[in-house]
Amino acid sequence: METILEIKNISKRYDDITVFEKISLTVKRGEVVVIVGPSGCGKSTLLRCINSLEDIQEGEILLDGVVINPTSKDLSQVREKIGMVFQSYDLFPHLTILQNLMLAPLKVKKADKKETKKEALELLDRVGLLSKKDSYPRQLSGGQKQRVAIVRALMMHPEILLFDEITAALDPEMVKEVLDVVLSLAREGRTMVIVTHEMQFARAAADRMVFIDGATIVEEGDAKEFFDDPKTDRLRKFLRSFSYD
Amino acid sequence: MNPEVIREYLPLYKEAFILTLRTGWIGILLAFAIGILVAFAIHFRVPVLSKIASVYVELFRNTPLLVQLFFIYFALPKIGLSIPAETCGAVGLGLLGGSYMAEGIRSGLDAVPVSQEESALALGLTKRQLFTYVVFPEAMSISIPAIVANVIFLLKETSVFSAISLMDLMFTAKDLIGLYYDTTEALVLLVVFYIIMLLPVSILGSIIEKRVRLRTLGG
Ligand SMILES: Nc1ncnc2c1ncn2[C@@H]1O[C@H](COP(=O)(O)OP(=O)(O)OP(=O)(O)O)[C@@H](O)[C@H]1O
Ligand SMILES: [Mg+2]
Repeated sequence: METILEIKNISKRYDDITVFEKISLTVKRGEVVVIVGPSGCGKSTLLRCINSLEDIQEGEILLDGVVINPTSKDLSQVREKIGMVFQSYDLFPHLTILQNLMLAPLKVKKADKKETKKEALELLDRVGLLSKKDSYPRQLSGGQKQRVAIVRALMMHPEILLFDEITAALDPEMVKEVLDVVLSLAREGRTMVIVTHEMQFARAAADRMVFIDGATIVEEGDAKEFFDDPKTDRLRKFLRSFSYD
Repeated sequence: MNPEVIREYLPLYKEAFILTLRTGWIGILLAFAIGILVAFAIHFRVPVLSKIASVYVELFRNTPLLVQLFFIYFALPKIGLSIPAETCGAVGLGLLGGSYMAEGIRSGLDAVPVSQEESALALGLTKRQLFTYVVFPEAMSISIPAIVANVIFLLKETSVFSAISLMDLMFTAKDLIGLYYDTTEALVLLVVFYIIMLLPVSILGSIIEKRVRLRTLGG
């Protein structure tokens, strides 16, 4: 399978703290990579670096074989290809749901309005929110907002999707409705990098698991092996912190 | 109350009303334009301009309109810059209002969360598109209550115009009371005309506020 994203030996520092040191990671087309690790280990920072929301001090990141240059004028063209959904949904509050979905395709891609609307309605229907098309974000529950945020990212036809703890801010009963959407995207072969604390979901969605701790990737591999037969003590300890027995 | 007196005064009040309304609204439009420019200068931390803008805001927010008008009307002619009273009124109101509008709009701009901007950038919007389609409209929705309150405040401040002998509502009432002593009629008409001027703004304001409430953050 062809490689979409290639992270080569990147290091990220804030003044005196090193968030990660020479991390490398490759994502192939259609692959679902799930990243886990203790709080503060740099999972969000890694996703933000991919999207150039953070700069890196060393190494390089390639998308489709082209180096992402954070200072380049074409940065917005690179970001178009990378869909990102954050923990805090961040829908645009002054726009209706439909307008939220159509803004970027119309303004960034200069897409056809009719086509865009048709697609937006189809996707809304798919996540069960067609009836909310004319509502404002404020009128939606957290789970509904997050489903809209996922659709908003899909509207740009990204080659890869980055999800950063998208259920962390949700009430427990809304977690599933959002993760079901992500699972269905996984099944249809979307390329995704997912950061989550939901281990059950990780196991169900992941083609490959990555465990980050202490500024490096400690262990990575096939989901089944990762959970059932962890190789390192650190991962074993980390996984144990999620079970109650 | 004497209806005869009221009938006699009415044309004078109408004229004063039109003058007050015109000067007031020109001042408010000016205030809005100044407010936006000043808020941008401060929000974007434009070098030098943002400093000037901050000084302007503090200066005009912390001095009474009356003092500002006296300055423009009586002091400027001394350095050879004489301006007609009506222009003085509008400019004075614009300068005072600009400092209030700037604060309202700036706090709207600052209220848009960074994460909101990041998710727009992540969708591929350029910085300019981000501002045009996301930050600015969002900030304006947030600022609406402050802007409406400022408009009402500024319309009421027009009552100070009489001090620079502008024949506004207040001036007309004072003048008539001084001349004929029909105090009740003169004051009732004054109140009625102020209400005619302010009530529509107040009602329209709350309708707009209700409509944009859904479009602001939170919830
Ligand atoms: N702007 C910043 N300035 C300084 N340090 C930062 C900044 N942003 C993040 N950090 C630090 O970088 C480290 C990694 O943060 P990050 O948010 O990526 O962790 P995370 O793995 O996503 O954690 P969580 O699971 O809690 O979301 C943390 O130690 C954090 O304190
Ligand atoms: Mg995080």
